[in-house]
Amino acid sequence: MAWLRRNAVVIIGLLVMAYILLPNLVVVIFSFNKPNGRYNYEWNHFSLDAWLDPCGSPGMCEALGLSIWVAVVASLASTVIGTMAAFALGRYRFRGRAATNLLVFLPMATPEVVMGSSLLTLFVAMGMESGQTTILIAHILFTLSFVVTTVKARVASLDPALEQAAADLYATPAQAFWKVTFPLVAPGIGAGALLAFALSFDDYIVTNFNAGATTVTFPMFVWGAAQRGTPVQINVIGTVMFLGAVGIVGIAQAIGARKRKAD
Amino acid sequence: MAFAVPSRGARRPAKARRGFATPLILLAPALLWLIVFFVIPTISLASQSLQTGDIDNGFVLTWHFQNYSDALSRYWPQFARSFSYAAIATLGTLILGYPLAWFIAHRSGPLKTTLLVLVVAPFFTNFLIRTLAWQIILTDQGWVAGFFRATGLTQVLQWLGLTANDSLMGSPFAVISGLIYNFLPFMVLPLYTSIERLDLRLVDAAGDLYANGWNKFWKVIWPLSLPGVVSGTLLTFIPAAGDYINSKLLGNTNTVMIGQVIDSQFLRVLNYPLAAALSFILMVSIVVLVGAYVRAAGTEELV
Repeated sequence: MAWLRRNAVVIIGLLVMAYILLPNLVVVIFSFNKPNGRYNYEWNHFSLDAWLDPCGSPGMCEALGLSIWVAVVASLASTVIGTMAAFALGRYRFRGRAATNLLVFLPMATPEVVMGSSLLTLFVAMGMESGQTTILIAHILFTLSFVVTTVKARVASLDPALEQAAADLYATPAQAFWKVTFPLVAPGIGAGALLAFALSFDDYIVTNFNAGATTVTFPMFVWGAAQRGTPVQINVIGTVMFLGAVGIVGIAQAIGARKRKAD
Repeated sequence: MAFAVPSRGARRPAKARRGFATPLILLAPALLWLIVFFVIPTISLASQSLQTGDIDNGFVLTWHFQNYSDALSRYWPQFARSFSYAAIATLGTLILGYPLAWFIAHRSGPLKTTLLVLVVAPFFTNFLIRTLAWQIILTDQGWVAGFFRATGLTQVLQWLGLTANDSLMGSPFAVISGLIYNFLPFMVLPLYTSIERLDLRLVDAAGDLYANGWNKFWKVIWPLSLPGVVSGTLLTFIPAAGDYINSKLLGNTNTVMIGQVIDSQFLRVLNYPLAAALSFILMVSIVVLVGAYVRAAGTEELV
């Protein structure tokens, strides 16, 4: 009993960890299923079919390609304009700074369904055709605030003495920025870009409001498939995404840990 | 995720610079984007909610406030359900997330990194695919349902009105657990950042002053982790109140949340004014609730 009390946090922690990972485990296991019928809900028997033919479900890989393209373009755009804004907000004092901070925060505090629908009303009022352009506009919008917040935290924690030291060593302001400041902020920019990519890639709600009738992203494909019967290939993609995420985040964390040690 | 990379370096804030031209140039693209695609759409939504007409003949701004009373009288149960599900789910993520964040924050070295990766990684995997996996986990023939039946938990849930015809799938229980599951990382990461910064010597000091375990937690640990609790609850509650993926995939017609109504009014029924009124009510209620909550929690630290 005393042992149980001492280790309660560890036991609960491990149980919650299991709860977080359980659905991912199910996704992996069911990627090896050969379903009996359209619905991949019950275990039937082991098969590598879906792994050998990952694009076997019509339309899925096109949707996946579109989602990757949207996520790359949107995260690049929001990382560039978000990083610029983060530097302005993190290093300068100017009139309207508090209002700008609030404006950057608001999209994060707006439910996706509200953001998606308000953009829809704008696009309809402007007579703009829904499709890839409107998806990109929306994705840049909702990833922007996350990039600004992530990079701003990094900019604010910079030690100004380092840049002054560079200046003392006759570095021009541009040299000081590119050789000292930028490399120090880079991990924050990387984290912001990764987060923007993940948010864009994962989004269903906002996209669904702004995609129009014929443009289908991967989450929209999965949503549609959920009504008709999900192909096993969806679990294959899910498994690859999970392993890819573990790999990328793991490498990023390892680099961060090594850097911290070096400091 | 903004909290995933706690800055361990210098905490001294960079010296503020004055001037107007440089920050304005740096801010211009982001500000332009936010004004054109966030502020103006919000105004457009507000205007849409006061219009009359239909999709074929166009809409006219007639200051038709009736849209709001229609929206509320027809869909108040869905509003009430969304806010109560979101509140229960937020509490659930806090109860599950706090021990987990504590557990991770007090590991050291590679184990801590691994655990953090495992909390963040599912968040990178597709939201919908994982939610579909819950359908498999909660099915009547599954071992979770079997365990719940064997231990009598099903009866408890039924007494609480959380099951649907003895099933876990399609019930409020399934929807709320889906919400808890999907938003757990948003709670764990800010909590982790707060707890990791917490000075354990203060807890020891409380012990020296004869505080028992309960008092150590409530009087020392909890207040110090409050910034994490506040940002975690906001990051969980706001998206949960607007979410409809969980209620659609894991629930039934008795668990419809307001997001689902807004989606179908906009995209299927095409009653834009009513849908816009619903959307606007959702936004304003959240702003009011969050404002009251932040004031009550007495913290300015939002993000």
